[in-house]
Amino acid sequence: MKMIMAIIQPYRLEEVKEALYELDINLITVSEVLGHGRQKGVTEVYRGVKESGNLLRKIRLDIAVNDEFVEPTINAIVKGAKTGDLGDGKIFVYDLKECVRIRTEERGPTAIG
Amino acid sequence: MFKRIIFLPIFLLLPILIFSEQTTKVDSGDTAWVLISAALVMFMTVPALGLFYGGLVKRKNVLNILMQCFVSLALISILWVTVGYTLSFSPEGMLGGFVGNFKWILLEGVTGSPSGVYANTIPHTTFMIYQCMFAVITPALIVGAFAERMKFSSFVIFTIAWFFIVYCPVTHWMWSTDGWLYKLGAVDFAGGIVVHVTAGIAAIVTTFIIGKRNNYKPTPPHNLTYTMLGAAMLWFGWFGFNGGSALSANGIASNAFVVTNISAATATLVWLIIDWIINKKPTMLGSATGAIAGLASITPAAGYVGIGSAIIIGGISSAVCYYMVVVVKNRLGYDDALDAFGVHGVGGIIGSIAVGIFANPSIQSGYTGLIHGSSKLFVSQIIAVSVVLVYTLITTILIYKALQLTIGIRVSTKDEAIGLDMTQHNERGYTVIE
Repeated sequence: MKMIMAIIQPYRLEEVKEALYELDINLITVSEVLGHGRQKGVTEVYRGVKESGNLLRKIRLDIAVNDEFVEPTINAIVKGAKTGDLGDGKIFVYDLKECVRIRTEERGPTAIG
Repeated sequence: MFKRIIFLPIFLLLPILIFSEQTTKVDSGDTAWVLISAALVMFMTVPALGLFYGGLVKRKNVLNILMQCFVSLALISILWVTVGYTLSFSPEGMLGGFVGNFKWILLEGVTGSPSGVYANTIPHTTFMIYQCMFAVITPALIVGAFAERMKFSSFVIFTIAWFFIVYCPVTHWMWSTDGWLYKLGAVDFAGGIVVHVTAGIAAIVTTFIIGKRNNYKPTPPHNLTYTMLGAAMLWFGWFGFNGGSALSANGIASNAFVVTNISAATATLVWLIIDWIINKKPTMLGSATGAIAGLASITPAAGYVGIGSAIIIGGISSAVCYYMVVVVKNRLGYDDALDAFGVHGVGGIIGSIAVGIFANPSIQSGYTGLIHGSSKLFVSQIIAVSVVLVYTLITTILIYKALQLTIGIRVSTKDEAIGLDMTQHNERGYTVIE
């Protein structure tokens, strides 16, 4: 089991969701986050005062998958989120120790599905 | 001696008697009411309409909506006092009565005395600024149709062009003493035709020309509390919109005020009940939308119909608007983002025709509808609505085609996805973490 965490552009969320649904991946948590990478945020102007280094609005996806779904999921996120511009985001994959379905108390890979 | 004492006061009163016989004397009560009404109508554009529409869009576009309403107020105000007012209301037409001439350009001759043409108990400036607020809100209503996808620069050009090509001529036909629809006997008490039919038709044209929003599917309104606040403020402002259109603090103003409230209340309940039956739950959005449908439909009729008719007009308008918004829009698949046509346009058309049916001569003498035994007004109303509908349809298409050939209408797909607040204004309405 793996946990896939992706940071993407907010305006690509719809495309990423569509790509994931095509693979029948439904166990997805979406949150709104702020952050920036190498491009160091944006400059906004309020009443003539420039404020640089503002954190960028991003979307964070947390997706738990069984091992055989790792590559398809990564491909789906890339397909949906890639524009080729700076700030497209990152995907992180790490091991998942356990998963419990609360309703039935099932554990392990069957609980993810 | 005795005779002289009696004669003296009569002699002193003589000039006052002669003066008061003239109808062009400023009445303080009338002036106060119309000035307050002008402020109420201003309040309808900003913040009421801005909040009503702003709450319905995605939060990445909220400032863009508020900006469009705010800029309409500033932009049209300036256009109005320079040339808009004279093009609309000058009692002498040009181009064969198509628009007014330049008699009152830059408000030349528009003073604190009555105009001698319109509303002769209030200052001409009061009449002018009251009408200004109608000119402001009309293009702002169209915002609901191109919401979330129009370039701000194109919005500005469109608003200016539409104001001169549609609003000024139609106002001249309908409300100036030189107007041919006015002479025909058609009536529009507070802008059912001039405001709601023009804006509503422009809205439906907009949806077909600009096209759907990308990823078009129902997105939940980002802040329904704004929408409710906006609807309530519109209801409040509408007392000035309709009540003030009597241009006097009299019984007709009071009648307009009362029927406005009754039509809105009926329409709110009708929409709520339909929602409850069909979707199993009564909704805040439905109630607010119903209220606006009732308000738009009573607008052209407010000074001519009684309470019973107001209930019928509000009820029918709410049911028909519900059908247009929920059934027809989805079946035809046009993206009238905030239902500017489905509610304002349809409500305005229903009300404008309803005047010809329900006008009651005991409310305002000389205006008799079908149910009170005269078909003349009904025919005039049908002609006025049809002519204005066709004229607005054609000219709005031409304005958009001209824009398409020059600066374009829509933002890029990427800008639309990022949101108009960031891409058009480089600001955001809300922050997440500070």
